[in-house]
Amino acid sequence: MSGQQVINGLFLGGIYALFALGYTLVFGVLDILNLAHAAVFMLAAFVALTLVSAAHANLLVALPVAVVFAGLLGLVLERIAFRPLRGRSDSNISGLISSLAMAAIFEAIAHEIWGPNTARFPFDTLPDQQLQILGGVVSRLQLTIIGVSLGMFLVLWWLVQRTRLGREIRAVAESPRAARVLGVNVDRAIAWAFFISSALGGAAGVLFALSFNSVSPDMGRGVELKGLAVIILGGMGSMTGAVVAGFALGLTEVLVVSHLGGSYRDAVSFAALFLILVLRPRGLFGAPSLREA
Amino acid sequence: MESLAELYSTYQSTLAYVGLNALLALSVYATLSCGQLALSSAGFAAIGAYAASILTLNFHVAFPFALLAAVVLPMIVAVPLGLPVLRIRGVFLAIATVAFGEVVRLGLVNWDYVNGAQGLVAIPQKTEVWMVYVAVALALLLFARLRGSKWGFALEAIREDEPAARTMGIHTTVYKLAMLVVGAALAGLAGALEAHFSFMVAPNGFAFGRVVDMLVFAVVGGTVAYYGPVVGAAFLTILPEALRVIAPLLGIEPGPLRALVNGVVLLLVILFLPNGIVSLPSRLAARRKARSAAA
Repeated sequence: MSGQQVINGLFLGGIYALFALGYTLVFGVLDILNLAHAAVFMLAAFVALTLVSAAHANLLVALPVAVVFAGLLGLVLERIAFRPLRGRSDSNISGLISSLAMAAIFEAIAHEIWGPNTARFPFDTLPDQQLQILGGVVSRLQLTIIGVSLGMFLVLWWLVQRTRLGREIRAVAESPRAARVLGVNVDRAIAWAFFISSALGGAAGVLFALSFNSVSPDMGRGVELKGLAVIILGGMGSMTGAVVAGFALGLTEVLVVSHLGGSYRDAVSFAALFLILVLRPRGLFGAPSLREA
Repeated sequence: MESLAELYSTYQSTLAYVGLNALLALSVYATLSCGQLALSSAGFAAIGAYAASILTLNFHVAFPFALLAAVVLPMIVAVPLGLPVLRIRGVFLAIATVAFGEVVRLGLVNWDYVNGAQGLVAIPQKTEVWMVYVAVALALLLFARLRGSKWGFALEAIREDEPAARTMGIHTTVYKLAMLVVGAALAGLAGALEAHFSFMVAPNGFAFGRVVDMLVFAVVGGTVAYYGPVVGAAFLTILPEALRVIAPLLGIEPGPLRALVNGVVLLLVILFLPNGIVSLPSRLAARRKARSAAA
């Protein structure tokens, strides 16, 4: 494995990890898969693109704005698609479907505003200087992407492990009822979890759009299933696991593409996912539990 | 009478797809009826579609035998898949079965014999609409017979509380595996019928989105009754067609806005009709009763 491949894998893996962290945060708290996560990913990318190309904003301004926008979308999602279902016995299946409906609505809105075609960033907005590191060539853009991912991991870790809000979110994940008894505002904690989760998904979307320089209403589809693979590999609800598995998937994909060819890339990740589920259902970092369902 | 024939020829394809989607929804319902969210149906439909198409296209096998192969082959695959996978529960089972479907799809993409991603074309059109509905009727009959039988009660017990059912001496693995096999047979049959209706199959027709559609049909229709998935498939297959007719009358542009309305309807059903469309009559009746009691 050459240095170049390691760099490419790390930078792809960083995006997968960011996306999966958001996924796994909501799953950890609510035990619900939010299938609209990929649509938020896509909308944030479009917002960043519009800011850069229409409003001529600097990328360093557009990125945070798009991330906050994605977070707000998360609040909308929580309010419309998840809160009304809370307490219903089939909420993990009905939540799956209501989030799917929201994904369809978001995609239709993106279609309506930006059209079905792939859009690209204006020519001179992406930093494209090349640097030599580890015997490979890295663009400043790739470094920025890796840097932003690492920065967001640290912020998330601090939020969840070191702040009062993080403690509240973790308490709700453990048991909403016990958390309520102890005076935690459960609704507020869940809303924040959605805000953070969607902001991470949005950041992943902007970085993904920048690295492949393309934005389209269906860009979330491919990443959606890979995000699932990552959170399973890492163990549902485990944030360390999501980061490690995200990077592992990125590196594996780069390896498979260079040794077996591009068409086997996805097959290998899903075969690995399937094996992990059969052999070690709780994932690499997950804790065992008696009753998952 | 003439206009009826005209109507039929215009909407023949919609009519066929109502039936095909109903079969696929029932295949997801089969495992849902014992509380298991298995999303392997797209994979089984792909196996059935490809098996039957290869037989009729390359070996000129008679259609009934091709259909038989499309039913049996997925059933055979379902056993070694189900034995390890059905030990997993909840969302994990869903994802493992999605992974199975993706492996099948990506395997087909990389298989040159079936033209890879382009898929098979010029498949003889052998499927008649009535065949689809005979299949739906047989599937419904099977599920109707299950209700109230020893099998039906065992499935309900597993759905409500699996560890408790096992403690009661119900062989949960056997029941779950049997329902996965039934679902595989229905999906394989639907896949083969669809391939011989639309002349073609391609791996991307069996992607993740397809199995999600099947689940949506089942849940929107309602999984409290065995006929719910059929109602859901009919409603959601006709809805976009109906919107295409109605939208211009309301001054709505076709295209993205239609997809928007589709999404909104789906959201409204899932939020306000917890047990699906089939629960609507009883809810209305309950409300009427409450109102007349108040008056």
